[in-house]
Amino acid sequence: MKIHVFLLALPLAAATTVIQDANVLTITKGSFRGSILIRDGKIVEAGEKVLVPEGARVIDAAGQYVMPGIIDCHSHIAADSINEGGVSVSSMVGIEDVLNPEDPDIYRALAGGVTTANILHGSVNPIGGKCVVLKMRWGKDAQGLLFQGAMPGIKFALGENVKRMGSPGGFGAPGLRYPASRMGVEDVIREAFTEAREYQKRWRDYQVKVERHEQAIPPRRDLKLEPLSEVLEGKRYVHAHCYRADEILMLLRVADEFGFKIRTLQHVLEGYKVAREIAAHGTGASTFSDWWAYKAEAFDAIPYNAAIMVRKGVLVSLNSDSAELMRHLNTEAAKTMKYGGLSETEALSLITINPAKQLGVDQRVGSIEPGKDADLTIFDKHPLSNYAKVEKVFIDGEIYFDREKDLEERPGREIRKKALMDKLKAQEKKSDRLERDTGYQKQPGRPQ
Amino acid sequence: MKQAIRMLLLPAALAILQAQSPGAIALRGARVVTVSGPVLEKGTVLLRDSLIEAVGANLELPKDAWVIDAQGLTVYPGLIDALSTVGLPESPRAAPAQPIPAAVSLFGRQEPQMALQQGPEFRPFTTSWVRAADLVNPGDHRIVEARSAGFTSAVSFPATGIFAGEGAFLNLSGEKQGRMIVASPAGQYLTLATHGFGIFPGSLMGVLAYIRQVSLDADHYKLEMQAYETHPAGNQRPNYDRAVEGLLESPRLLLPADNVVQVDRMLRFAAGLKRPAVLYGCHGAYRVADRIAQSSIPVLVNLKWPERSKDADPDEEESYRMLELRDRAPSTPAALRKAGAHFAFYSGATPPREMRKAVKRAIDAGLPEADAVRALTLSAAEIYGVADRTGSIERGKIANLLVTKGDLFDDKTKVEYVFIDGVKYEPAPEMPPAGRVGRSASGGGE
Repeated sequence: MKIHVFLLALPLAAATTVIQDANVLTITKGSFRGSILIRDGKIVEAGEKVLVPEGARVIDAAGQYVMPGIIDCHSHIAADSINEGGVSVSSMVGIEDVLNPEDPDIYRALAGGVTTANILHGSVNPIGGKCVVLKMRWGKDAQGLLFQGAMPGIKFALGENVKRMGSPGGFGAPGLRYPASRMGVEDVIREAFTEAREYQKRWRDYQVKVERHEQAIPPRRDLKLEPLSEVLEGKRYVHAHCYRADEILMLLRVADEFGFKIRTLQHVLEGYKVAREIAAHGTGASTFSDWWAYKAEAFDAIPYNAAIMVRKGVLVSLNSDSAELMRHLNTEAAKTMKYGGLSETEALSLITINPAKQLGVDQRVGSIEPGKDADLTIFDKHPLSNYAKVEKVFIDGEIYFDREKDLEERPGREIRKKALMDKLKAQEKKSDRLERDTGYQKQPGRPQ
Repeated sequence: MKQAIRMLLLPAALAILQAQSPGAIALRGARVVTVSGPVLEKGTVLLRDSLIEAVGANLELPKDAWVIDAQGLTVYPGLIDALSTVGLPESPRAAPAQPIPAAVSLFGRQEPQMALQQGPEFRPFTTSWVRAADLVNPGDHRIVEARSAGFTSAVSFPATGIFAGEGAFLNLSGEKQGRMIVASPAGQYLTLATHGFGIFPGSLMGVLAYIRQVSLDADHYKLEMQAYETHPAGNQRPNYDRAVEGLLESPRLLLPADNVVQVDRMLRFAAGLKRPAVLYGCHGAYRVADRIAQSSIPVLVNLKWPERSKDADPDEEESYRMLELRDRAPSTPAALRKAGAHFAFYSGATPPREMRKAVKRAIDAGLPEADAVRALTLSAAEIYGVADRTGSIERGKIANLLVTKGDLFDDKTKVEYVFIDGVKYEPAPEMPPAGRVGRSASGGGE
């Protein structure tokens, strides 16, 4: 069954809204039965007794559950390309250049309660392209999707996906690309950052000349090295896809050596083996709930991974890396209660405040607190239940998904679509008939 | 002695030749659509040599003028195909980055080729320095076809590769190559073609980053070259970079964008490049016409309106978006005009004789006829910076005219003849439809 996409997505906008009488799961400030007051896109108040201002739109959420919009730390939706595997270091490319705001997966993510997603470059490069954080503002253009103010990011990748690009028969690519081993992966990263340091020095030398009013032309701008300089300066977050304990340690040590931090380790399925080291480095971990053995490097994965890392003091989130899994991150989170004994709040933190902190947007989203963006998801049952469905999703105080409305509008959309199909078919028939009758051939000599 | 006789014979020969070609030609009594001025219901256009000497309602004709009775006919400026490959040979496949010679191991086996870090500095799929003006083949039969459909000019570009090359604004006379060039280079043609998973650039992101890097390299190259020319002694000389030279020569970049997401994306990308740009394709532009107008980026609209592929699975259901694009694409020109954006038409994959029919669809979707004529004439000239010399019927401009019996966009209208650089060309006879005559298409057919 196809989800018919809501094309004319005029999000219901009202300056003041009250979500009334719900079970509110704030994540950071406990849970209660009460209401949330939203004004101008922000949460103004959340409490058991909230006064409804005059003229406010009231959403009756009795019996329902409101939680902060889900944040997916690893996604590839809404982009017209994912991997630039032609070179070992592809830091010059960026997802922001190829955003596709008409990707239906954005809407489907909303239907799963997701409001923010970190869209990453793929994992075939030791140093990949630049990433972008989006809000699922279905109906806006590419600029309108951007999470304004989020720190820019870049994707690194270690392990099998990368080295398969250097092995004959790896991904079937026509040429082979260095590296072909984990040793090579480390080398590529070291070399790239060494080059980046030299690039920084060239620019510093130029600045010195300028200050001394000496004749100088600026160095050639290198789009590959600029993001890496930003990493060295702490102005760009590194999200590193990794699996095995040895490569995790390698990366942390290389980063320490070059004086920067890895912001998050992605997948990090053997993270539980080196949880202490990960915590000591100060990097977050974004992992799967229970994926296992789909590659050799995933063989030692265990479903307790997230819980163990949490207990060792790592900032952990769960991600989807999939347009499908993105739609039920709530049940993914629930699995950590069974495997590892995390509490309800701890489990929900994995898909809200924790990824918000990892992405550096926790001042804005990730929990229900006054002053934060009104990014909220209303479930009909407790979100950690297998039976929970998303009823409504707010982003910046506007409703971007409404299940009831979606269902109501389907017959109308079917009719509109059928009418358009019939109209176009009639046009085609007419022009075909004209072609036949006049013997007018479109392209003489060419087969139609 | 022989020399003296030759000297005497030459002017005589010249005099005979001159007597055979007219000093001036006047088209009298026609309906003249000047485009740059009001329509003359009964007007005369006077041509001399290759230029329009005068146009008006009651012109006094010089004695040496050959008068053509053009009553009942309509004279338009010659049509311009704003983006084409007419006149150019079939492009070779674009060159990938420098190939690495196959390594042969000690045992005589060929090792698989290692594409070692073939990044932007190797200038993959780039032939930016290739000039259409150098490649023009006056014998290209497509020139005859275009002319027979009323086109007197085409802006032709090399078409393969990311930086495909520099185009030329051509008059479709099909005679002397050099004479056909009106302006060169007309611009740089770019595509966003990717070339496979393991080759740089293998993704749309990669192509865009590559274009951006070349643009930055061009800025730096200029600085480097200038600095070196000022003080060569004692300084390292910069490397010659023909890819960058090709880009620096090009007065504008032609960037592809078809649906609305692509148009939006390329508007921002072009603004970031800080070079004059033109978007081509633009079927989905009706949704962002205001932004296009604000950006002042001109747009070339592809007259091959989107249609359902004949090979498509009839049971496959298309998305609403695809259907909507097919339905609304012909309304793009009207939307662009309403928003005040600059646009012109080009053939795309449409054969020249179909182009007027394709424009008619845009007229049916709301584009005023006068604007449709302008988009096939003066607007194209303006976009390429040659509106001061062609594109409308004005004194002093190049004598490129289209003469029809009937209104340009009427189904039954025929092209009577065209003038190119003041020379009259009759349309080639239309190919009989294959099957009717029981003979395969030959000769002028494509």
